[in-house]
Amino acid sequence: MATIIGGLTSSHIPAVGNAIAKGLQDDPYWKPFFDGYPPIRDWLADHKPDVAINIYNDHGLGFFLDKMPTFAIGAAHEYRNEDEGWGIPQLPPFPGDPKLSWHIIESMVAQEFDITSCQELAVDHGFTVPMQLFWPGAPNNPDMPRVVPISANTVQHPIPTLKRALDFGKALRRALLSYPEDIKVVILGTGGLSHQLDGTRAGFINKDFDQYCMEKIVTDPEELTKITRMELVEKAGAQGTEFLMWMMMRGALGDKVTPIHANYHIPISNTGAGTMMLECAA
Amino acid sequence: MNLAEFDHHAPIDGTTIFDGTQAMKGYALNKMCYSFNAAEAREAYKADPEAYYDRFGLNEAQKQACRDKNVLDLIAAGGNIYYLAKFAGIFHLDVQDVGAQQTGMTKDAFKEMLRKAGE
Repeated sequence: MATIIGGLTSSHIPAVGNAIAKGLQDDPYWKPFFDGYPPIRDWLADHKPDVAINIYNDHGLGFFLDKMPTFAIGAAHEYRNEDEGWGIPQLPPFPGDPKLSWHIIESMVAQEFDITSCQELAVDHGFTVPMQLFWPGAPNNPDMPRVVPISANTVQHPIPTLKRALDFGKALRRALLSYPEDIKVVILGTGGLSHQLDGTRAGFINKDFDQYCMEKIVTDPEELTKITRMELVEKAGAQGTEFLMWMMMRGALGDKVTPIHANYHIPISNTGAGTMMLECAA
Repeated sequence: MNLAEFDHHAPIDGTTIFDGTQAMKGYALNKMCYSFNAAEAREAYKADPEAYYDRFGLNEAQKQACRDKNVLDLIAAGGNIYYLAKFAGIFHLDVQDVGAQQTGMTKDAFKEMLRKAGE
């Protein structure tokens, strides 16, 4: 059966993709951010997961407002990264695992999560930037795992509640643990932390709230489900709602996790950037 | 139909909740911005912006906000920031240019405000 070995979180700020393309990892502005990744890469090199479930939010590449799935699961042989319109370099396609994808889709719907299945899905910076951070050179990294992208809607309200996001992760866990093949799986929750791009409150960052979330996501994610969606907008900023991806990731890890590594840095672009590595109990 | 009757969010200062009301108001504008994922669409827009607005059926408020490159007006006209970012990209405006414009700050002052949030 599949084993969930741990969870990773990362911001997925587009400017990071440009910084990687320009080789700015040691630049004084960028270094405190990029320094959060080598310990996680070491852990990944030791554990070599076969599959990465990448939970992210599409920002208007894979989906438009004509049809906006609340939860979408990729079921493709590969996932193309396409032009997003503002100059981030495009990467080659990422290899999928459609057999696992369909197992997850079957299981999620059986558990009454009525998801959207995607046999074609263009993946944007929300997906690609964390992959590049965790597997340098992605997708052309020798340890590159196969991927299953899962996108949740944070573009248009109503967005899912924090409780629903955590419950989604719990159902995803049951789906993975019922997979008959012996594979090692790592779960990525990407996005956040606090930031707001729009309105006269643009530039809002909330260090205290971010640090509270980074603590509770380890020790007591259930407590975070008491936060309403409008409170999340108020405290994390309009785009800080991407924290929902972290909740989905966390639900898939089970009750007890061991924090292996964490980094938090303000600002990267307009964002409080959070990075975490949580290991599941063996 | 009165869209206002659907507005059930508690107000948050300086923040427009992009919900069904805004999504309906801004559909044409956001659809135009979504098209800018494609390089040929960006070129077509640059060649003749007014014709491009008409092709997507933008209303006058949306057209004027585009002509002015005024982000707060674009949001008021129903624009969603993730799609507007693609419009801003045509003019090489990044999220800090966009933030500075909306808050009435210089870009340097805006970046300094962000830096101070980390102290």
